[in-house]
Amino acid sequence: MDFLQIALVLVVLFVLAIPMGKYLARSFSLETTRLDRVFGGVEKAIYKLSGIRVADMTWKQYAMAVLVSNISMVAIAYLLLRLQGMLPGNPSGIAAMEPLLSFNTAVSFLTNTNLQHYSGESGLSYLSQMLVIIYLMFTTPATGIAVVMAFMRGLTGQRSIGNYYVDLVRAHTRVLIPLAIVVTLLLVTQGVPQTMEPTATATTISGTEQQIARGPVASLVSIKHLGTNGGGFFGVNSSHPFENPTPLTNVIEILSMFLIPAALPFAFGFMAKSRKQGWVIFGAMFAMFLAFLVTAYANEVNGNPALERAGLSQVMGSMEGKEVRFGIAQSALFTAVTTAATTGTVNNMHDTLTPLGGLVPLGEMMLNCVFGGDGVGTINILMYAILAVFLAGLMVGRTPEFLGRKIEGKEMKLIAIAILVHPLIILAPTAIALATEMGSSAVSNPGFHGISQVLYEYTSSAANNGSGFEGLGDNTPFWNISTGLVMLFGRYVSIITMLAVAGSLLAKTPVPETMGTLRTDNSVFTVILIATVVIVGALTFLPVLALGPIAEWLTIR
Amino acid sequence: MILKNLRLSLVLLLICGIAYPLAMTGVAQVIMPAQASGSLITDASGKVVGSELIGQTFTDPKYFWGRISSIDNNASGSGSNNYAPSNPALIERTQKDIAAFLAANPGVKQEDIPADLLTNSASGLDPHISPKAAQIQVARVAKARNLEPVQLQALIEANTDGRSLGVFGEPRVNVVKLNLALDELKK
Repeated sequence: MDFLQIALVLVVLFVLAIPMGKYLARSFSLETTRLDRVFGGVEKAIYKLSGIRVADMTWKQYAMAVLVSNISMVAIAYLLLRLQGMLPGNPSGIAAMEPLLSFNTAVSFLTNTNLQHYSGESGLSYLSQMLVIIYLMFTTPATGIAVVMAFMRGLTGQRSIGNYYVDLVRAHTRVLIPLAIVVTLLLVTQGVPQTMEPTATATTISGTEQQIARGPVASLVSIKHLGTNGGGFFGVNSSHPFENPTPLTNVIEILSMFLIPAALPFAFGFMAKSRKQGWVIFGAMFAMFLAFLVTAYANEVNGNPALERAGLSQVMGSMEGKEVRFGIAQSALFTAVTTAATTGTVNNMHDTLTPLGGLVPLGEMMLNCVFGGDGVGTINILMYAILAVFLAGLMVGRTPEFLGRKIEGKEMKLIAIAILVHPLIILAPTAIALATEMGSSAVSNPGFHGISQVLYEYTSSAANNGSGFEGLGDNTPFWNISTGLVMLFGRYVSIITMLAVAGSLLAKTPVPETMGTLRTDNSVFTVILIATVVIVGALTFLPVLALGPIAEWLTIR
Repeated sequence: MILKNLRLSLVLLLICGIAYPLAMTGVAQVIMPAQASGSLITDASGKVVGSELIGQTFTDPKYFWGRISSIDNNASGSGSNNYAPSNPALIERTQKDIAAFLAANPGVKQEDIPADLLTNSASGLDPHISPKAAQIQVARVAKARNLEPVQLQALIEANTDGRSLGVFGEPRVNVVKLNLALDELKK
């Protein structure tokens, strides 16, 4: 039954992703399409209200627009968090958030990370949940989708890179808002609350008093997944029975967060007018995903040997930190998907995963291109594809070309920057945190697992994932500032360098395909791509993984 | 340019941050008021006794016990201890709980205790236990209430949810609903 329910979810994903890819390619087409008749009216009204012109941009204008719009969003979010105690929409009377935590929270939601150093029930008013959290949960994946569309236009040699504002608005009107409405209502049918009533008070069966926090949960949970955001309404995220009450909601949430990242490679295939190219990219990501999923499932289903020795049967698998309604299969699948799509929502506590089970989310975030978040994940895998073309081209003596455009020094330098920044902003802060008292005092589990906790926090920040080994006591100035900076670098370095690559490729004259061209649309290239990701992306992290999860595994096996 | 971006940000804020959640609340409250308000359970006099979806703490032998909750099922928050599999505190807690469970349930063999019963759920609010975890408590509850075990079997069955669509998730017993039904039985 475990195998069947996992396979079924993946099959449904597959069936949805291909038409979604086609829809995405059409929605963001630079040409006029029939979709303009459906959505054009609303979009024109938004352009008019905001005073936006819809002319094509250069890559520099595009990148500048991304930055300025994101700065204005984060400023609004920060102000609202600081003022929430005085604003309406606060029936449970929650105080203003302090400055450093507000900085961390605003940055975290701006960068699509959704790392949470606060607990939603007690840290945010309903108004903040709506105006800060839900708002940024729409705009940041929309930014990611906009940027990937610009990048793919550059790679496939379209008329221009497009207009950022048009892409941003279309991502809202054509993709995220319609999907969010459908998913919200589906979730409510299963019992996810959607109310403005304050916390309920119950007198329990045993006669004690129970406070039950609730709120406008469903409208947040839907976009949390669709936008690969991941920040929960409640502290424990999608393991909370109000965020994820049944196995059916679990499946809906998994599909929601995987849909757009899985559809984008197909959108790329449609834009490149080579469906095979889309399949090659999808295939490479799917193969890596399967390897991670199998590892997570196999380790969790085997249980915790330390508990077995303590006398608790592990026939059910490792149930510490998991919910009964999900069991091992739906928990392992959720864990593999949430860190692949860098959503960061959790339906079980990653801190309690078995050592090698916990290696899976870490590994996926370190690679950062196994599907990845809305938009940015596809950018990362395409970046590895260009690198793979370059490496393979050098090895066999063929000219490195990707989709008819020469890959030269300029592009390779930009890609090298993006690839090197990722391990740098994970490993350097991890080392600093472990070496200093202000960092290491946050660790809550003794032994090698403590190293994993610190490593996980920075990996999650750099990959803009947002899940955590939540035992870490991370609401301190050191952690709020350091993870805030890592999240900013993790998001914007690759966005800007890749827009530059797109601009540079677009300016080149296409070269005709010859006998000497390395083909990028066959299974050989899929293998080369996976090898490049593993060799370049993974080997950097092997030593630190040996110190954390692997060492812990050796101590309890 | 900055002004233009601020204007766009505010327009999107109105749509995504206000119009969308309020509209969703309105629609949800009209078509599914019970679910949208938190699936609250009320007794005959209209008093709220809990939520179908939120676990409660039971320690009395005459009730079925739920999973471990380090936050004592206090649903104004949520969470767990986040014990790593290698954490000595996890081993200590488990050994203590095994001894306590065996003492309260004479006749139960240690290797038959299902793992879900003595592990902390992820949310600290899990309302469910596995069917096996309910079965293993039948003898104790029957004795405490002077009931026949078969009566309890029927109640357990009535409060067991199967897999969603027959495939997804795990079969499970809702402890809150089961214990409510137990109290009804007495009347």
